[in-house]
Amino acid sequence: MKARVHVTLKNGVLDPQGKAIEQALGALGFNGVEDVRQGKVIEFSLAERDPSKARADVEAMCQKLLANTVIENYAIELDG
Amino acid sequence: MKAAVIVFPGSNCDRDVQVALKQAVGRQSMGREPLMVWHKETTFDPVDLIVLPGGFSYGDYLRCGAMAANSPVMKEVVARAAKGVAVLGICNGFQMLTETGLVPGVLMRNADLRFVCRDVTVKVETSQSLFTAKYEQGQAIRIPVAHHDGNYFADDDTLAAMEDRGQIAFRYCDAEGEITVEANPNGSRRNIAGVYNETKTVLGLMPHPERLADARLGGSDGRPLFDGLVEALS
Repeated sequence: MKARVHVTLKNGVLDPQGKAIEQALGALGFNGVEDVRQGKVIEFSLAERDPSKARADVEAMCQKLLANTVIENYAIELDG
Repeated sequence: MKAAVIVFPGSNCDRDVQVALKQAVGRQSMGREPLMVWHKETTFDPVDLIVLPGGFSYGDYLRCGAMAANSPVMKEVVARAAKGVAVLGICNGFQMLTETGLVPGVLMRNADLRFVCRDVTVKVETSQSLFTAKYEQGQAIRIPVAHHDGNYFADDDTLAAMEDRGQIAFRYCDAEGEITVEANPNGSRRNIAGVYNETKTVLGLMPHPERLADARLGGSDGRPLFDGLVEALS
């Protein structure tokens, strides 16, 4: 089974990198781009076949390592 | 006092802090030479102080300090901190402390996205701690910073609780000790440069006291921190 974890900054947490990207897009002539937020995507394969067990495992991975829940949210996608 | 300096792959201030501790021990003729502990150890001799040094442990992969926070030795560090053993985290060590939850908050990318490497002045918020007894309350000290991710963040409720409990250790200030926006090198909320845990036995700070602990290196404002620890813990 494939897992994909999206880690994003929580609302209200400033994202200076997102702001820099937004300004760079503006400078390139892409007008009307707002609210750019940068995050990360982490992909991996799982030996676990049971979707609910796999989800629980990935949830624990997010809590323990993949996201810092003080400032980040995460979303889990499972496939296969 | 006996201290242990934990060494991670990518640590680069471990030797500097070792020297600063050794010199403090020598000056006061108390305590013993610090122990250097590799991150793969799961236990080490009893010590009075554990230091998590600066550097770029694990290449700052995922988030600064996140990998180190999960390395084998860290379970032991967290267990000893819970028993009241003093822990000092400097720069990358501060990032590890936030990642393990030993101190609140998190250190984000600097607001202007630049690596900042220069001397700053910080205000000592209290002298009532193991770490700051040799400073005056409100004293402005000059100490270098060198980091890309030192932008301290905690939510409003957490900050309010920390202020009430006196958990703010240092704030970036100007030469007169005024807390100003201009004096803030990285965008940290409320100019926070260092914080304690609730019992003030754990201190995390971004500036490097070990880099200005010897007058031959251009200043010695970091020295009282090490002298104070040796005196308090011997």
